[in-house]
Amino acid sequence: MAYQFPALTSEQKKELSEIAQCIVASGKGILAADESVGTMGSRLQRIKVENTEENRRQFREILFTVDDSISQSIGGVILFHETLYQKDSQGKLFRDILKKKGIVVGIKLDQGGAPLAGTNKETTIQGLDGLSERCAQYKKDGADFGKWRAVLKIDNQCPSHLAIQENANTLARYASICQQNGLVPIVEPEVIADGDHDMEHCQYVTEKVLAAVYKALNDHHVYLEGTLLKPNMVTAGHASTKKYTPEQVAMATVTALYRTVPAAVPGICFLSGGMSEEDATLNLNAINLCPLPKPWKLSFSYGRALQASALAAWGGKATNKKATQEAFMKRALANCQAAKGQYVHTGSSGAASTQSLFTACYTY
Amino acid sequence: MPHLYPALSAEQKKELSDIALRIVAPGKGILAADESVGSMAKRLSQIGVENTEENRRLYRQVLFTADDRVKKCIGGVIFFHETLYQKDDNGVLFVRTIQDKGIVVGIKVDKGVVPLAGTDGETTTQGLDGLSERCAQYKKDGADFAKWRCVLKISERTPSALAILENANVLARYASICQQNGIVPIVEPEILPDGDHDLKRCQYVTEKVLAAVYKALSDHHVYLEGTLLKPNMVTPGHACPIKYSPEEIAVATVTALRRTVPPAVPGVTFLSGGQSEEEASLNLNAINQCPLPRPWALTFSYGRALQASALNTWRGQRDNAGAATEEFIKRAEVNGLAAQGKYEGSGEDGGAAAQSLYVANHAY
Repeated sequence: MAYQFPALTSEQKKELSEIAQCIVASGKGILAADESVGTMGSRLQRIKVENTEENRRQFREILFTVDDSISQSIGGVILFHETLYQKDSQGKLFRDILKKKGIVVGIKLDQGGAPLAGTNKETTIQGLDGLSERCAQYKKDGADFGKWRAVLKIDNQCPSHLAIQENANTLARYASICQQNGLVPIVEPEVIADGDHDMEHCQYVTEKVLAAVYKALNDHHVYLEGTLLKPNMVTAGHASTKKYTPEQVAMATVTALYRTVPAAVPGICFLSGGMSEEDATLNLNAINLCPLPKPWKLSFSYGRALQASALAAWGGKATNKKATQEAFMKRALANCQAAKGQYVHTGSSGAASTQSLFTACYTY
Repeated sequence: MPHLYPALSAEQKKELSDIALRIVAPGKGILAADESVGSMAKRLSQIGVENTEENRRLYRQVLFTADDRVKKCIGGVIFFHETLYQKDDNGVLFVRTIQDKGIVVGIKVDKGVVPLAGTDGETTTQGLDGLSERCAQYKKDGADFAKWRCVLKISERTPSALAILENANVLARYASICQQNGIVPIVEPEILPDGDHDLKRCQYVTEKVLAAVYKALSDHHVYLEGTLLKPNMVTPGHACPIKYSPEEIAVATVTALRRTVPPAVPGVTFLSGGQSEEEASLNLNAINQCPLPRPWALTFSYGRALQASALNTWRGQRDNAGAATEEFIKRAEVNGLAAQGKYEGSGEDGGAAAQSLYVANHAY
């Protein structure tokens, strides 16, 4: 290492770090509304709505035209390419509506998975080609952050050393390119919950993956203060027979994070994976109440966990707009409270049952 | 990565983490009294004292007979092998005296530097052979932590990728072996201040080195909560013409650590390198007043910066022993305050001069 060639100027760093902090300020989190056309297809099919551009536009319009007070819970919205250029029924661009509410606009940048030959069906992510030019254009068109999802799975011989290295490296390249173009990169190394492994195994894998990600970010000269992390919470696999409380999930998750994520990272916005809306909120709340050192904001970047009820309330009918918006607002508020450790669970289980299962000083 | 084979049991982890926390309890730091026979030769020749085992014993006695005032500012003492088995004038083992004060006993375990062929005078550190057996014996003989020093230097082409990788790896092997034997490893990747490089260059190199160290520790399954870090502060090279204030050094140092040292590490105990006693205290104090969030304890592991005045006062004369001990206690108390950001300076430079040089919002 002969010399340092600064990747970013002071002004560039300041802009990036301010954007990142703005997104996660005061308990705010992210609405992940960047479902690709294919993914929206699965969502709409479940409520028996046809997957047309107009239907996708209508649903997003209902979410984005909700009352301005949404900006107290939502600091950023991730959009899919199509949505960045869509308008509401009055002809106003969605991105302008969001910005006017004080919400930062983000854009999904990856272009899906590609197989890694010689592995047990593991993948890397495409999208680096021409990424700089795309970022520059998106920045002009109103985006201030990007998102790129890498996927790792727990299985026989997985995640392999190659899958970890390759995904960490592409995430770092993407992050570096974003920053060069004034976009804050959300770094998402998702360890998916498929499988019957227990929570301890997920913790171990998450730690290895995150250590590799932060080494790669360092190698690629990425300015950590101008990034956000979007990881999985540490949970058992979906097919695991073991049950864990939110407090156990919280302890395992924060332990994994504090062993790997430098304090310079301003915020960690969890993905919800396949969690129910309520579980996603309860877990986030427990995470914020966890007694371990937590020098980063711990918030949310939820897709399904913010939209499931809203989608069901909508059912494709414009007359359901108010109910849809209420359902969405309710989840947004709940998650904002959870991001401050202030969520009061009003469901049948009750606060008592969540407290009693806390295992103090569990050595992870 | 199919399975995890836990390196440590829950009990082993708890023991290590408890030891680490005791050493860096609020207001406490480490006395590095582990000078090898060769290093002691230099110190003693400076005060005209012959380098005999007895003189080394008499000198360490000066330090270890400090009264109870040191209990609140010294959390650990690092011994050299010879000293671990020496006794005071009353036949009491030094180890015993230190332990009786509630101070944790540590032991230097590396065996010095050796050249890396094909590099520009770079080195790695030896001492891994039979290290496990040595650690087991030291643990029986009263040591609960160890120290291993790696050395890197800044020049046009250094530190090289090989030097960083090799030293990080050897530190991780040492740390892993220590923990297997109930000993908390202090990880010391010292970047020498030799050279004319500026503060920014040192910061850049420090970040690269620390990122590599923590990746290696993760790869070697080292339990971070049961380790301590002993880094250099981020400073300009000795021959750099630019002068920096303690506040600038503090921001550069804390920034480098925030970007690389996971919050799970309980404490960072700085080495003093070539700093004077007062400089080392002022810098540590500024570090503890730095406005950036700091999730680890930030304290001292000083050799010369705790002993210079004591050594000079003693000058090999028994009659001077009391006064010399007082000098040591004085520096220990000052650094205990600095470790809490409460040191007000010796009054010579004046608090005002130090404050006025603070550069707010300097983007590092």
